[in-house]
Amino acid sequence: MVKERNREEKKVLKEKKALKERKVRKPLRKASGVQETESAGKKRSPVHKLPRKKMTKMKRKIKLVSGIYIAPSFLGVLAFFLLPFVVIIYYSLVDNPISGNFVGFDNFIRLINNLSFKTAVANTFSFSIVAVPLAVILSLLLAIMLDSKIPFKSQFRTFFLSPMMVPVASIVLIWRVMFDYNGAVNDVLVGLGGAKIDWLKSSYSQIVVVILFLWKNLGYNMILFMAALSSIPRDVIEVARLESASPLQTFLYIKTRYLSSTFLFVTIMSLISSFKVFREVYLLTGNYPYDTIYMLQHYMNNAFKNLDYQRLSAAAILMSLVMILIIGTLFIVEDRFGKDVEG
Amino acid sequence: MKKKNIERSAVLQQKAVKHGRAVKRDRLDRKYSRGRIQGRRAWSGFKIALATCVAAVFAFLFLMPIVLTISNSFMSGAEISANYGSVFATSDSGGRVYVAEKVNLKFIPDMVSFSQYATVLFRSPEYLLKFWNSVILVGPIVAFQLLVASLASFGFTRYRGRLREIIFFTYIILMLMPYQVTLVPNYLVSDWLNILDTKWAIWLPGIFSPFAVFLLTKFMRRIPTSTIEAAQIDGAGEWQIYRRICMPLCRGALCSAAILVFIDYWNMVEQPLILMRDEEMHPLSVFLSKINEGEIGLAFAVATIYMVPTLLVFLYGEEYLVDGITSQGGIKG
Repeated sequence: MVKERNREEKKVLKEKKALKERKVRKPLRKASGVQETESAGKKRSPVHKLPRKKMTKMKRKIKLVSGIYIAPSFLGVLAFFLLPFVVIIYYSLVDNPISGNFVGFDNFIRLINNLSFKTAVANTFSFSIVAVPLAVILSLLLAIMLDSKIPFKSQFRTFFLSPMMVPVASIVLIWRVMFDYNGAVNDVLVGLGGAKIDWLKSSYSQIVVVILFLWKNLGYNMILFMAALSSIPRDVIEVARLESASPLQTFLYIKTRYLSSTFLFVTIMSLISSFKVFREVYLLTGNYPYDTIYMLQHYMNNAFKNLDYQRLSAAAILMSLVMILIIGTLFIVEDRFGKDVEG
Repeated sequence: MKKKNIERSAVLQQKAVKHGRAVKRDRLDRKYSRGRIQGRRAWSGFKIALATCVAAVFAFLFLMPIVLTISNSFMSGAEISANYGSVFATSDSGGRVYVAEKVNLKFIPDMVSFSQYATVLFRSPEYLLKFWNSVILVGPIVAFQLLVASLASFGFTRYRGRLREIIFFTYIILMLMPYQVTLVPNYLVSDWLNILDTKWAIWLPGIFSPFAVFLLTKFMRRIPTSTIEAAQIDGAGEWQIYRRICMPLCRGALCSAAILVFIDYWNMVEQPLILMRDEEMHPLSVFLSKINEGEIGLAFAVATIYMVPTLLVFLYGEEYLVDGITSQGGIKG
């Protein structure tokens, strides 16, 4: 008797629950139904539909409120980066901002044919193509060195990282002492029986700039590689060792796979900082350096001085396109290479 | 006792079998013979010694310029012009004036003197003024970029819709763009707002720079959702979750971001050159390169003073710095 009553009560309760749920769900279902008819042509996958359906009042509130938190930053980015960039695209396509005649790609052609722009691009390119791979490889070597069992690891890490902290302006004096015609490096060269080289005013200047760049950036890259090396699962390496793989093999066939995403990032960051090397060059040699170290930023600076909006806009757009192209390619390459490991 | 020993040897044997030692005993015996192992140990010891030496050489090369700058700042003016006169005795119009044929690179000055510092600090106020310019330019950027960025990264963490992912991706791309690209839009807006040649032209683009947003979002997304949900159930509003949960948990990340932003802007050269023509307002980083020959003695002292804040930050925050760099690494994830 009691059992039966209990059962009945349970049944009623269940029904009530079901009713409640239906009541709550009904309007939601309607809403999602409307959405479905709206986007019937698009064929949404069921995975995508799921979160929409689940969006409760609570979640919608969170979405709205947290959107307000993003607003200041986004408005700032919109105002200082994105909107003016649209205007720049417009500027690059007209003959001048006031009359606004559409001239197509004339500005770009004019820019590409400009001699000093050509030198600047060529110099920046040839600098990056030497400096970036060197920065990646040398910093990887440093990281491997610190990953082995050498003593004073943390001290070495501090030492290698310290150039990153020092402002370029403070250190430029010493570079001048080193690489001047009467400088310390030439002293050593003469001591070794060589001839003096005018480091900053000859085609050797690019070597100097590469050295300065490496000095500044190796530590940063090294930290990235060290973190990646230490996050490789130990058991994988253990297995390789048991299979009697040599350390070189372990490195080439296992570690590099896990490092691939770090390779990508280090390359991108080095590329970006290779454009910043203008600082060193400017602080060492001023606005008009020797021809082979006339960088893109020098060109931009001079264009700013003349307020040649068309040329500036065209240069900025060209450069951003090239950057996106390079970064995109790197991403694709990395995707191919590191597909089977989640690094 | 004996029984234990027997048991142990059995275990050892089993292990050996497991590792295939029993099977390939002959070959392995040769491979792991005592002489071999000793030889290998010596070889690996040699390798470690070699690596240490190479690391030491690198460390010397890395540190030398910094140490030289600092130690040379304690030289008297006479000593500096005696040692480095040949390098700096150049004038823009008249060509070189040779004082001596070569420089005298010195780690330790003959006589330690604080005269340069005395001059910089008390007698020539223009350097301190420029230093103050740097502080005024960089301080607000660090503070407000962190504020704006922490708010935004809270928004990016709290809800992840498609639109937000697109915005976040735009931020990443902007972050990766070199100055040559971003300075042009910054210049245009500053021109429109009529803030060119004022501090605002540096401040505003700096404050809204997307870098810290990226870094902080990376950190904040690692906070377990259960923590936030627990707070929510206890009745915390969004502001309280931000203020009481996310900010305290992200203190390390905020330090990392602050350090990285600080280094970046303390080092700035491009922005003031383009956005501020008035040299009176330039930070010390730009001004240092314009020191002329008469004041070379001072230059080392000024350079050292300019270095001090970054070195202090480095000494106290190296771990945060390393954390910050490391977490930038996962740009894809």
